[in-house]
Amino acid sequence: MMDLTPLTDAIKTGNRKEAARITLEAVDAGLAPQVVLDALVLGMDDVGARFQRNEAFVPEMLIAARAMKEAMAILEPKLLAAGIRPEFTAVIGTVQGDLHDIGKNLVAMMWKGANFNVVDLGTNVPAERFVEAARESNADLIGLSALLTTTMPAMRDTVAAIRAAGLSKAKVLIGGAPITNEFAKEIGADGFAPDAASAVDLARQLMGV
Amino acid sequence: MFLLDRLDFIWSALKTHDMRGSSVLRILRASVKAKTLAIPDSRDLLFGHAPNPLALRSGMVLGGGTVYPELNFTLPTMEIRSETMPAVLAQYKEMVSGALKRAVELEIPGLVLEFETLPPMTENPQWGLDVAQLLMDALADAEAKHGLKSTFRMTPNDVREMERPPLMRSGPLFDAMLELFDRSAEAGAELLSIESVGGKEVHDEALTYGSVEQSLFGLCVLGARDMRFLWTHLVEIADRHHAVPAGDTACGFANTAMVLAEQHLIPSVFAAVVRAMSAVRSLVAYECGARGPGKDCGYENVILKAITGFPMAMEGKTAACAHPSPVGNVAGAACDTWSNESVQNVKLLGGMAPTCYMEQLAYDCRLFNRALADGPEGARQLRDWLSDSDACLDPHALILTPESAVAIGQAIVDAPNDYLAGRAAGLTAIRLIEEAVASGRLKLKDRETPWLDTMRDSLEELPDDESTFIARMMSEVDVTRFRPEDYEIA
Repeated sequence: MMDLTPLTDAIKTGNRKEAARITLEAVDAGLAPQVVLDALVLGMDDVGARFQRNEAFVPEMLIAARAMKEAMAILEPKLLAAGIRPEFTAVIGTVQGDLHDIGKNLVAMMWKGANFNVVDLGTNVPAERFVEAARESNADLIGLSALLTTTMPAMRDTVAAIRAAGLSKAKVLIGGAPITNEFAKEIGADGFAPDAASAVDLARQLMGV
Repeated sequence: MFLLDRLDFIWSALKTHDMRGSSVLRILRASVKAKTLAIPDSRDLLFGHAPNPLALRSGMVLGGGTVYPELNFTLPTMEIRSETMPAVLAQYKEMVSGALKRAVELEIPGLVLEFETLPPMTENPQWGLDVAQLLMDALADAEAKHGLKSTFRMTPNDVREMERPPLMRSGPLFDAMLELFDRSAEAGAELLSIESVGGKEVHDEALTYGSVEQSLFGLCVLGARDMRFLWTHLVEIADRHHAVPAGDTACGFANTAMVLAEQHLIPSVFAAVVRAMSAVRSLVAYECGARGPGKDCGYENVILKAITGFPMAMEGKTAACAHPSPVGNVAGAACDTWSNESVQNVKLLGGMAPTCYMEQLAYDCRLFNRALADGPEGARQLRDWLSDSDACLDPHALILTPESAVAIGQAIVDAPNDYLAGRAAGLTAIRLIEEAVASGRLKLKDRETPWLDTMRDSLEELPDDESTFIARMMSEVDVTRFRPEDYEIA
């Protein structure tokens, strides 16, 4: 059987071309898509672990995620044909009135790296758009971001709209500079992540994995 | 030669409606790149003194030998709608009343009060104007009753990015923003500032991917072009109302980098290099006619002071209420006003937060001014303590010392255009960090060090020709995030 260690290494170092080349070679060689996916996820897990130990920075993780994305573009049709899909879907956005998205983008990328299917709604997102997107994608997780104290009420309104829409399956995770755990509890969110790295852990925890 | 570097801008400005109302003289002035340093000797780069001081209506002179507190505050958690505007105004009334009362009690020499609008206040200029008028009335009342000298800085937030991709040169958001500038200057706002966002469309991604060349593209190609366009307008508005075009900041660029580095998400050395390059973007405001004080959150202001000689607002440890930074002391080394960035109106043990921060700023300024009273040597002693206490611990602090600021400023003015100035500033910052590490002055964490080589290699291999660089970047960045025609590169 083909050795996929170089594929895992290509993800770890963020080598896009190499990751795509080996993935294509593996697919052409008839390897089971799940085996190839496991090699990719192993690389991402390694980068994620180094990040958590403060041995790597976000750029190193995102460059690895970008390499994984290129490999996934080749692998995805095979995965779909084999009936393999990301286990969980997350909808994410910055709440209405707020344009800050760097934190939200980081969380979205890291969730993708953790093999979540992520629907990114962008910034200045009205509550009803979150509800609509969560319903359309049958979301397991909804991430809300806000940086301004004056847009925190919009976060409260969004959580209320999600609850009123009866999206009981979806867990709501919130974050942003002025947000606290107390605020999360107060507005009825399921969790608060103080930073992007803990947003991944918390998402997995909320999904029970 | 410098005019040749700006032909695209001049042609675009003259042929389109973009510059309606702007005189040919202003357009030509905006086309001139700074070529020399106003402060070539770092010994002269000192708080409280600027070679080109700014005399204000009240008689205060910024950069004339006194450091003044600059206070800024913002709302607690609340919505801004027409129905809540009475409550919004009541909040601002409470904040300014408490702060001015304390300012009088502490006998400060004068005050710069900044009002930075929140997005709904710019989109609805009347709301922003109502708050501005309330604050200016309070300042006038404090002067009439207590003799407190002051000035008012109006900073409409840049709402152009409310639409994605942003319309940078036209549209209702742009018009509303300029209307607020115009009407607040007409109403008496003396200093006009902004935290502009041109180039940010590609810069956030540059930060998260650690791409120094994309950062350079966002700051010194897209950003510099937008600054030249925007500040030509703002200077025209200021001139029309006898206001002062004060300055801009690379807050959404270099401060974002600095805070991400403080959260250990991106390398500190990368954030430091982004800061050095950001000075090129912020400098454009002064090339267009701004006269200071530069906006408080522009930590690159120390470099701009070396280049322009204009007074600068700075913030450091007193801005911990707004965001973390590794430059709490060194930021004060060359300040002319000393700011708290922004604090929410929340209750602390000592009172409401804006009142408490007024007190902190007042005491810091007392110390600055006591040192100045001892003459240049006494002031330099305090300046060096401020610089050295931070510079040994973080590369961002190291590149903002007076010595580093002059070196980076020199690299910027020696370059023929914004793009090459940004590259030169970045390479100079890398050299300064490497020299400090080699001499033992600065210690870097192991995981930081490889980034210096990576960034130097990236910058050194870039083409000398800007149009070649632009063509290359246009094939690498996500061009759906911005409108190239708004940056004269369509």
